[in-house]
Amino acid sequence: MSAETNQNSTAPNTISIDGREIPFKAGQTIMDAALAAGVYIPHLCHRPGLTPHGSCKLCTVDIASRDFASHNSDRRVQIKFSVDADSRSVSACTAPAIAGQQISNNTPALNEVRKTITQMLFIEGNHLCPSCEKSGNCTLQAVAYHLGMLDGHFPQFFPHREVDASHPTVMLDRDRCILCELCVRASREVDGKNVFAIAGRGTTAHLIVNSPSGKLADSGLETGDMAVHICPVGAILIKEHGYEVPIGRRTFDLHQVGEIGLEKIVLAKTRHTDE
Amino acid sequence: MSPTNRTVTSEHVNTVIADACSQSNHLLHILHQLQQQFLHIPDEAVRKVSARLGLSVSQIESVIEFYSFFYKSQCGRYNILLSNCTSCGYQTGGENLLHMFGQRLGVVSGKTRADGLVSIGETSCIGMCDHGAALLVNGTPIARLDAKRIMHIADMIESETPLADWPAEWFRIDDNIRISGLLLKNAFAAGDGMRALLTRGADNTLAEITQSGLRGRGGAGFSAGMKWKFCREAQGKAHYVVCNADEGEPGTFKDRILLHSHADTVFEGMAVCASIIGAEQGYLYLRGEYRYLLPQLQAVLAHRRELGLLGSNILGDPEFNFDIGIVVGAGAYICGEESALIESLEGKRGVPRNRPPFPVTHGYLGQPTVVNNVETFAAAAHIALRGSAWFRTTGTQQSAGSKILSISGDCAAPGIYEYPFGVSIQQVLDDCGAKDVQAVQVGGPSGALIDKSKFNRKLGFEDLPTGGSFMVFGEKRDLLKIIVNFAHFFAHESCGFCTPCRVGTTLLKNGLDKIAGGHGTQYDLDEMKRMGALIKRRSHCGLGQTAANPILDGLQRFPHIFAQRLAHSDFEPDFDLDAALQEARQITHRDDAAAHLE
Repeated sequence: MSAETNQNSTAPNTISIDGREIPFKAGQTIMDAALAAGVYIPHLCHRPGLTPHGSCKLCTVDIASRDFASHNSDRRVQIKFSVDADSRSVSACTAPAIAGQQISNNTPALNEVRKTITQMLFIEGNHLCPSCEKSGNCTLQAVAYHLGMLDGHFPQFFPHREVDASHPTVMLDRDRCILCELCVRASREVDGKNVFAIAGRGTTAHLIVNSPSGKLADSGLETGDMAVHICPVGAILIKEHGYEVPIGRRTFDLHQVGEIGLEKIVLAKTRHTDE
Repeated sequence: MSPTNRTVTSEHVNTVIADACSQSNHLLHILHQLQQQFLHIPDEAVRKVSARLGLSVSQIESVIEFYSFFYKSQCGRYNILLSNCTSCGYQTGGENLLHMFGQRLGVVSGKTRADGLVSIGETSCIGMCDHGAALLVNGTPIARLDAKRIMHIADMIESETPLADWPAEWFRIDDNIRISGLLLKNAFAAGDGMRALLTRGADNTLAEITQSGLRGRGGAGFSAGMKWKFCREAQGKAHYVVCNADEGEPGTFKDRILLHSHADTVFEGMAVCASIIGAEQGYLYLRGEYRYLLPQLQAVLAHRRELGLLGSNILGDPEFNFDIGIVVGAGAYICGEESALIESLEGKRGVPRNRPPFPVTHGYLGQPTVVNNVETFAAAAHIALRGSAWFRTTGTQQSAGSKILSISGDCAAPGIYEYPFGVSIQQVLDDCGAKDVQAVQVGGPSGALIDKSKFNRKLGFEDLPTGGSFMVFGEKRDLLKIIVNFAHFFAHESCGFCTPCRVGTTLLKNGLDKIAGGHGTQYDLDEMKRMGALIKRRSHCGLGQTAANPILDGLQRFPHIFAQRLAHSDFEPDFDLDAALQEARQITHRDDAAAHLE
């Protein structure tokens, strides 16, 4: 039922990603092991150091069904939902690494799935890259380029979402929120403030602010908080610092989204914009 | 029911919260009481509950917005929710009762009338599928609806007649048991299973449960004995037993009958489990739609305490201490998923957890927890009393025992049918008096749509697993309309956590609406298949993994129902210009030919 029971203590602690053997330590997820070995698995809601979330599903990978039978839960799912038995799909950021896993990651089929998921994220919100301050620093945009996404493909949902400009230094534009909950977790786990949460359900799910009025101005949020800087899109922006780095010299103009350890650069970029 | 007591005053909010807390500190309970008193949850109450329970304002706000039965703006003093299920929904009799009702009362679905007297809306299946069209009035079900009764109800509302003075016959809910088997036929006296347990001992009783081959009756079919064993072996500060009575799958109502007429057996099964895994506290998570059963369930629990079957020193055994609390949901299908249910039990949004860890090791409050279906616990109680051999005399090798089916739709005698596992669909159809059947939906929208050529298939884990929903569709039914209904259901019930399900269920819904509206092309069908496959494989939990089933089954087994609606062109835009003008027409009160494009 858990990583421990499935791990043969004598077996070498390695997993295979696209045929490459990768070591892992007990307790690591597939994503942890991959990042440590310099293997990029596309992701948006994951950030090392924060509790893995598993919601964006961009890091979806396939595990060959050789070890299928050892997972009771999967048998259940398989029986009930008649899932394709050749392999099973998991989120790399939450699935524990288990010795011997044969994982597919960088394959045309999986990248096609990821491209579709990215398109779904684009069309459910109101993402207008040319007029967005985050353009060039936006991980969603960078992932879309990485996956070769050329359009939104699906009809736009055009949702009505509220802007919260009440805070003196931080602005919240929910049009661009992708519900990754990075700010929710950063605020709770790093800033110790619990400023954000998700309310509602389905396509009406939305980011809310934990203050009596529901406004950012009444929360304890400060410009230095990690929650302010961690937004992968342009939903949380720092006021009065727009366009300080010109287009062409922004993070993803200079870096590939697939570079490992980019998180520090992305955070630093927004803090010290005068490159 | 007087309008005056709906005004929000600080003192009144304080009193309601204090009264609610004196009964239970559970967030869902307190919010329900506030909703009852103020017809919505006032902002002031959110802040006060936050202070009282030590919860963040955002947690309370997020819970209010997650569950369908909590409102941020005021409902009518009579709040009417009509089921939109294909079996107990407002269109089952051929007429659109919701529309008629709204016209008669002068109120639009989803809105409250200006005078605050009445609000109407629709809700997912309320588990009255054997009773025809049904609704909830202020949370209480009224079934057997037709145009006449709807008009009568409207009269009662207009005259502001208190619910207590409405005809009692309207509120009558029957068991409708048509065929009794292993569980429904055999009498069960309170305490017999637990006495047998104490005689046999916990180890041997667990062995009996395991050997009986009892598998979870919710549909997934995990071995109950294995689950209990894993939980028993797991380390924790406390162990918990949770009974999943969040029977939300459209077309399912068998738990309603078990809780109404066999509650003692269900609670006994929970106590047997508690003794085996070492739990001292259990919870029954009851779906909000079944709140009307709460008083009698509480009475059964009180009676069991009097009999010494709950509480401390159960049956004189100083080691055996166990009690059961009831937590009532508030309208969220996803809470039938066990980890979402646990989240809801903890007073949160019902969002399924990441697994591992599993509830057997990290469940309620992070402690080892067994979550089983109502029917599973009832069966376990019988097995504790009668032994595994008795259970194994019924059913098949892989699916021991019986299955209680909830049969609804186009048949002569909808109701409860208990069969040995292995029964064929045809047999079931013959027994319930279904003629000229086009298709059967086994296991509800998340299950399988079966066509005529496969009516020889058998119900059981080795062939067609089912949680109990069995919906019959006659030749005259518009199957596409059914599939559209299911697509709307999943889009409405998606919790919104993962991208594939959150966005995908809405894309499927929109795509099907386009096809059903005569604007679809082959391109749209291909898109449905592609999106369906993605949602099924990449979603976070069972809801998303099954949401596309009706569409994928339909496309595979009933391609003609889609093909005959397609527009004769290669491509039709998603944007319907004429439909987009609807809002403008409403604003200008025009609907004449010149206000339309065609």
